[in-house]
Amino acid sequence: MNTLLFDALKTAIENRQICALATVLSGSALGKKLLLLQDGTLLGDLGSSEINQTVQAHLLEQMKAQTPSQITIKLKETETPVFVDVFPPPPRLMIVGAVHIAIPLVTYAKPLGFYTIVIDPRKAFANRERFPHADELILEWPADAMARLGIDVSTFVTILSHDNKFDVPALQVALQSPARYIGILGSRKTHEGRLAELKEIGVDEKLFQRIHSPIGLDLGAVGAAEIALTIIAEILAVKRNKLIKTIGS
Amino acid sequence: MRELLPTIEKWKQEGKQIALATIVQAYGSAPRPLGSKMVISSTGDFAGSVSGGCIEGAVIEEALNVMKTGVPKLLDYGISNNQAWDIGLACGGSVQVYVEALNW
Repeated sequence: MNTLLFDALKTAIENRQICALATVLSGSALGKKLLLLQDGTLLGDLGSSEINQTVQAHLLEQMKAQTPSQITIKLKETETPVFVDVFPPPPRLMIVGAVHIAIPLVTYAKPLGFYTIVIDPRKAFANRERFPHADELILEWPADAMARLGIDVSTFVTILSHDNKFDVPALQVALQSPARYIGILGSRKTHEGRLAELKEIGVDEKLFQRIHSPIGLDLGAVGAAEIALTIIAEILAVKRNKLIKTIGS
Repeated sequence: MRELLPTIEKWKQEGKQIALATIVQAYGSAPRPLGSKMVISSTGDFAGSVSGGCIEGAVIEEALNVMKTGVPKLLDYGISNNQAWDIGLACGGSVQVYVEALNW
């Protein structure tokens, strides 16, 4: 790998930008590379515009799935193996509402590699006695904190406060971001009420399909620890592309 | 890759040559997922991993060669490999590892 590509890759990784890198594994173009950055910029060359174009589609696809894959490119009766690597930012779990369920949720998320951020303006909820294990504890209006922190393609958002004055604006921020996952606690009836509020303030209804509600996999959970487990299990299923919820699906 | 950047930077400062090994195919119960990486310096130091420890030694050998020749190499390891008795994967899986030099 040459300096130009390595530096571009390094900069992307350091700036929490997702990127995908294709490498030719054998044949006359052995070692040639094509790098796709988050903003769509392409760097490098695989030898011909034809192969570049074909591989570019795969780069986009794997970037979307956030998983690497080895593919075979067939051009003029020659088959070329190409490895498409993906470098997503490390996953972050953003929890709105420092409620009881949030405590075991942070506990489960950490060994799975999530950087955990708990947001709640209420000091009685969001304090280090309750959350000694959270990576960040933010005492701020949730929607403001979320907008300030920025939600990217590796951010998983769970909204748990059960208070519409926090949850509805937080949901709005999450829906307008590229968050990998958006889950919100509450019964179907509560959720319908929230969606009605969002609709009223002009949020596009098509975006509602991205929301996981009721939150968590159906494991028949009882109590905070078990509910937190269903949430983290659902998040893992989304992360591993086993459970896909996108607009139009 | 992110975890390996500080090591790469350090070796670069020390003027060492560096090779990068990546798992580009994994079958069966391979111990490390696709895309797992290891970096190797020209002095034989390494960071990261491409298996549970069973093939690292062999990959380091190959990486030292790749740094000398500058030509990347695609390696196959696994129980179906002839070298199974020497450097196969005890877990029964098989992996393909791509080794390349980083050129500054």
